[in-house]
Amino acid sequence: MRITLTSVLVDDQEKALRFYTDVLGFRKKTEVPLGEHRWLTVVSPEQPDGVELVLEPDAHPAVRPFKEALVADGIPFTAFAVADVQAEVERLKGLGVVFTQEPLRMGPVTTAVLDDTCGNLIQLAQHHGDELPAG
Amino acid sequence: MGRTCVESVPPLSGKSLLAYRSGVGDVFKALADPTRRAILDELQERSGQTLFELCTRLVTRHGVGSSRQAVSQHLEVLEAAGLVHSRREGRYKFHDLDTTPLRTITERWPPPPARPEEAPPCGSP
Repeated sequence: MRITLTSVLVDDQEKALRFYTDVLGFRKKTEVPLGEHRWLTVVSPEQPDGVELVLEPDAHPAVRPFKEALVADGIPFTAFAVADVQAEVERLKGLGVVFTQEPLRMGPVTTAVLDDTCGNLIQLAQHHGDELPAG
Repeated sequence: MGRTCVESVPPLSGKSLLAYRSGVGDVFKALADPTRRAILDELQERSGQTLFELCTRLVTRHGVGSSRQAVSQHLEVLEAAGLVHSRREGRYKFHDLDTTPLRTITERWPPPPARPEEAPPCGSP
């Protein structure tokens, strides 16, 4: 058994595709029309055969209140790994991305939280494992 | 935790009542809890935090593993004392530090005037 997919629930698939590719820098992997919506996934260019992120419609009535409650409390729906959080934050702010949490170092990890414009907060995480002595 | 941190305080009397409870909750009660002091420490470092960021800071820097609900209740006590203000910005909610209520303490018990360096310490001949 393997994990090959993960999802974010987005309010508009076309807008999400633009944000996750043009802004975050992922690449479209699959797009299959499915009636009103699409089976739509993106991958990281650093791992084109890695885990796919499904940009999934949030049309179910239970989803919106759930997403809004998470956003109000600043809770990210999922997280992506980056090599340098500070550099990514500066790059993304230059593209107009809104952050609800500026970079914060917590022991071996630095995180920041951004708004994906599709109703989710996303955490960026940088692991400083190489810099720290074992233990 | 939970309920005990929002219980009502016994009424103060006379001047104290007027001096400390005019329009805001009890600053002293708010400061009496170590978790609430830690929240103020973290907001002092960076104002304008989400509940998520505050909870993350409390658990990683202070070893406070309180539930989100418990931290929310602590924030309510701090807000009632006027030490924290929450603001909605679009769909987000941020918490800001306001140290203004602490003036009631220094106004009542002001620090001693600064002493010149050369002055002999108290008690010396």
